[in-house]
Amino acid sequence: MNLQSIPLEWYLGLSAMLFSLGVVGVLTRRNAIVIFMSIEMMLNAVNLTLVAFSSYLGDSAGQIFVFFVMAVAAAEAAVGLAIVLALFRNKQTVFVDEVNVMKW
Amino acid sequence: MNINTIAFIILALGAIATGILTITRRSPVASAMWLITHFFTLSGLYLTLKAQFVAVIQILVYAGAIMVLVVFVIMLLNLGKDSERSATFDIRKAIGIFVVFAFAIMLGSVFITQHSGYSALNESAGKIGTVESIGTVLFKDYIFPFEAISLLLLAAVVGAVILAKRRINP
Repeated sequence: MNLQSIPLEWYLGLSAMLFSLGVVGVLTRRNAIVIFMSIEMMLNAVNLTLVAFSSYLGDSAGQIFVFFVMAVAAAEAAVGLAIVLALFRNKQTVFVDEVNVMKW
Repeated sequence: MNINTIAFIILALGAIATGILTITRRSPVASAMWLITHFFTLSGLYLTLKAQFVAVIQILVYAGAIMVLVVFVIMLLNLGKDSERSATFDIRKAIGIFVVFAFAIMLGSVFITQHSGYSALNESAGKIGTVESIGTVLFKDYIFPFEAISLLLLAAVVGAVILAKRRINP
């Protein structure tokens, strides 16, 4: 292995760690907005994988995909935060364990 | 150890540290601020991969637009710290964290044992990351997905307004 450069596995391992951190955030937090931020963190970990593959394989398709992922994340942010606002208006809470009207 | 490796290690440790701080802070505003720092370290990591366009877009869209929206909603709802009840031990939570760590170790061991053979950036990496190159590919080969994504954003804007607007006649 060439010590002068960073192998691709380092980026993949880092993004696996960041993705896992995002999953832990989604599973352990009750605040809907923090859960939402953890989802953004998971999307970013996947973006890092896409850019790493794009740069190591010399193919620009990965960076185009990142562009589309960001557009979808922006759409998700707008709709998700609107749902949180509507939820807060109806229930006066953003804690997901206090919202169980959809649970049978 | 050249400058690239040092930059990668510093940025990677920074990304992990700010990620942990994001998911552990009690106050949602503190979480949001650490997440913005996290996005900046990721932008630096994109620069070590010679993806300038993605690095700039990361700051503009994530740190600039999405996080402003998140902080705006947090302040609009006037959220304080999470109540202490969330600190109680929960068996489902413990199992969830255990499963996630098992998943992370499994994924990490695959990356360490299976060498991809890619130990350095491609020679053309510096060229494909520029705005010119991305723009050429985006508007030639990916023009239909690009137009489709604009439709998605329009739908999201309409949906957000309908969800968040106050009902006139309740």
